Amino acid sequence: MLRYLIPAGVFAILIGFFFLGLGRDKETLPSPLIGKPAPAFELPSVEDPTQKISSQDFAGRMYVINVWGSWCVGCRQEHDALMQIAQRGEVPIVGLNWNDELALAQRWLRELGNPYVGNAFDAEGRVAIDWGVYGAPETFLVDANGEIIFKHVSPLTIEIWERDFVPLIRASKGSGT
Amino acid sequence: MKIVVALMLLTFAVSPIFAIDIERAFEDDAQQARYERLSRELRCLVCRSETIADSNATLASDLRRQLRELMAAGKSDEQIMQYMTDRYGDYVLYKPPLAARTWLLWAAPVLFVLGGGIAAVIVIRRKSHLPEEDPADPGLGAS
Repeated sequence: MLRYLIPAGVFAILIGFFFLGLGRDKETLPSPLIGKPAPAFELPSVEDPTQKISSQDFAGRMYVINVWGSWCVGCRQEHDALMQIAQRGEVPIVGLNWNDELALAQRWLRELGNPYVGNAFDAEGRVAIDWGVYGAPETFLVDANGEIIFKHVSPLTIEIWERDFVPLIRASKGSGT
Repeated sequence: MKIVVALMLLTFAVSPIFAIDIERAFEDDAQQARYERLSRELRCLVCRSETIADSNATLASDLRRQLRELMAAGKSDEQIMQYMTDRYGDYVLYKPPLAARTWLLWAAPVLFVLGGGIAAVIVIRRKSHLPEEDPADPGLGAS
């Protein structure tokens, strides 16, 4: 009896491993920055490169950082959703323009509309590295204490926004911070 | 014949001559060797199965620049790896750290060899106790 039970048991364990592996999201990497202070930045603005935009401008407020580039297909895909989210006015969206060319970034905002309160021009990708960015589009939620409380990788939709971001925004605003 | 020659020439297309990161980063040989070793221990997070030394993704070249700058600033290997994992997590390391979460990963090869060895010993022992000739099988030559 045992000689049949052992291989059957090993087989069952293997199947169990494979089955768990099937449902796992292997694309999204967990960010070690969740719950940590958002990395500071000071970069030229895309809209007017003679002006600076810095994390200090948003100190004490909850805001969203959205990483995008004119080369990024997923960013084009989520752009409508960002426009709608900006309309709702729950929280300001700050753009982090990543490894892009200024003229292309400006044209993007002109042609597709600008959902951002401001755009930081990170041509060398240094700020993106500080934020642990590995693939645009990425969207971070920073609370009023300046801590990153959520990160979403891949194009945003209104459904994702309402499911993952809105409850956190409500909770954070409700607690008076 | 021409096709054969063309195919043979094609093999040169994958030669290391076309490596991604060919420019020397440091004058000093020891530093250069250290740079090459470290860039092979860091994962390119865009193209997951490549190190930052092998990848031509923008992120990989940005991370190589970061690595050069950290080395030039005199940071130790530990400090550099800490810098990377602070931003990207353990996944950026090609060699995962030995921790409570990863013991099974590290122990797996040993466990597999042990399991296989035990199974082999059991089978060999049992077989060696069997009689030389299988009474159920008359064998060749029997009629």
